[in-house]
Amino acid sequence: MYTQALNTAETEDRGLEDAAKAAEFQARIDAEERIEPNDWMPAAYRKTLTRQISQHAHSEIVGMLPEGNWITRAPTLRRKAALLAKVQDECGHGLYLYAAAETLGASREELVDAMLAGKAKYSSIFNYPTLTWADIGTIGWLVDGAAIMNQIPLCRCSYGPYARAMIRVCKEESFHQRQGYEIMLTLCRGSDEQKAMAQDALNRWWWPVLMMFGPPDVASQHSDTSTRWKIKRFSNDELRQKFVDATVPQAQYLGLTIPDPGMTQDADGHWRYSEIDWTEFKQVLAGNGPCNRDRMAARRKAHEEGAWVREAAAAYAAKRARRQTAQAAE
Amino acid sequence: MAVANIQVSETPLVLYALRRADDALILGHRLSEWCGHAPMLEEDMALSNIALDLIGQARELYAFAAKAERRDNDEDKLAYLRDVRQYRNLLLVEQPNGDFAQTLVRQFFYSAFADLCWRAMMSSRYTTLAAIAAKSEKESAYHLRHASEWIIRLGDGTDESHRRAQAAIDHLWAFTGEMFSVDDGERALIQAGIAVDPETLRGRWLQTISDVVSEATLVLPQNNWMQQGGRTGRHSEHLGHLLSELQSMQRTFPGLTW
Repeated sequence: MYTQALNTAETEDRGLEDAAKAAEFQARIDAEERIEPNDWMPAAYRKTLTRQISQHAHSEIVGMLPEGNWITRAPTLRRKAALLAKVQDECGHGLYLYAAAETLGASREELVDAMLAGKAKYSSIFNYPTLTWADIGTIGWLVDGAAIMNQIPLCRCSYGPYARAMIRVCKEESFHQRQGYEIMLTLCRGSDEQKAMAQDALNRWWWPVLMMFGPPDVASQHSDTSTRWKIKRFSNDELRQKFVDATVPQAQYLGLTIPDPGMTQDADGHWRYSEIDWTEFKQVLAGNGPCNRDRMAARRKAHEEGAWVREAAAAYAAKRARRQTAQAAE
Repeated sequence: MAVANIQVSETPLVLYALRRADDALILGHRLSEWCGHAPMLEEDMALSNIALDLIGQARELYAFAAKAERRDNDEDKLAYLRDVRQYRNLLLVEQPNGDFAQTLVRQFFYSAFADLCWRAMMSSRYTTLAAIAAKSEKESAYHLRHASEWIIRLGDGTDESHRRAQAAIDHLWAFTGEMFSVDDGERALIQAGIAVDPETLRGRWLQTISDVVSEATLVLPQNNWMQQGGRTGRHSEHLGHLLSELQSMQRTFPGLTW
């Protein structure tokens, strides 16, 4: 296991953080140096990153479900292969991210257990259902588009393993985003029924996608310290605005209407969107989204039904190690 | 809205390609059903990867079949607009995933055969088939290694995994005989140096299966009655459900571009 060779947070757990180390740490951050797993770091920095990276990993894994819902029904073999490859990429992202979180001293098992117990969060967006094929296009275009907006700055995150994981993840996400947009373009150039399908999907996903950037800056709990530690480089509202500005022309090109009649373009060219329904966001985070229960049930089922397989693999590995030791002793 | 099934001119060559293509597509589809639900993330990755290889093989073989057929069929028409009775895959590959042991035993039986078959087909007189075989053999060698390792782990793991692996072998064994069946049309292709004679592979297949099963502390069933029918479109009840899902978009929205 990657974490075995790494220093753990024992000294910090004993509450012995000294001010000189903290100042030196902040100086390194300010100088844009990368913090690596064996470097000293404040306990709160470790905790914040473990939370953020593991939430990100959980999101990738839960995020396989809504899109996975269409793998067996993709309309052509080319689309089927592309979607399967895409969902597999998300799984790969989950794996890198759990590995990045492990460099902070947490094990994948404990992080996954926390998610399955409902103690760790994942992105609210995956609690919405994929009802038609157009949802697959819309997720690629908008959900991956929003994820890229969030993750590009994370490529410069102060924590080295997370930043490096993000570089690879972003490359794949940008491919997914183009693929999603191409699905939308095909639908919008297709029959009236296909175009209506595309518009319906946009109508359902638009607001939940804007919520992906998190609560408005005035209400965000974690932003201040995360910004000081250069984990976060832009505020939620800044990223949301960048996303909206990038997306409006894309929707126009598709000939689709963004479901916000109050949207206007200001003198600086920014598209100003209407008030977001934060009650819905809070309800989804609280477990009351349309698919929260289904998503958790699916993950728990896979985990529980896979237990005997993981036990078998561990039992066999132990037997084999014993045999090898016995052979070596002969 | 119902969409008519396509007509396929099943010359021996077209049929030969379709049978292999349908094997790959149906098994790939089955494996893709695991995506997001596997016992561990590594297996989500692995099973999806194998599914992708198989769907890729199916696409090349459908393209080959469509070209050999010289009608206006293409890979999507062949995959999405044939009904159960027109599908030519082995009964083995359409069997439901069941538990992880059943999925892996199914894969093991198939990959051990496919790997030998592709390797032999690399010397087909048809260069396109030989080229498809060369690419597919590299993939199937990995699939076989992956499945073999799991059979050993499951058989020689815990009591529960041993029991499940043995049950899967007992259940699926009767679907393996069909891999070696050959009809007259295929016999002519074999004689012309185009197709592979599966009978020449049987000994090595059985050796691979026996070696792995024995290392896994499992046993092969004594009952050697073999089910047949997939190659001529007489399938199990499972295939119709798989196809109704696979084909739902093309059947609901006929003639559109996606």
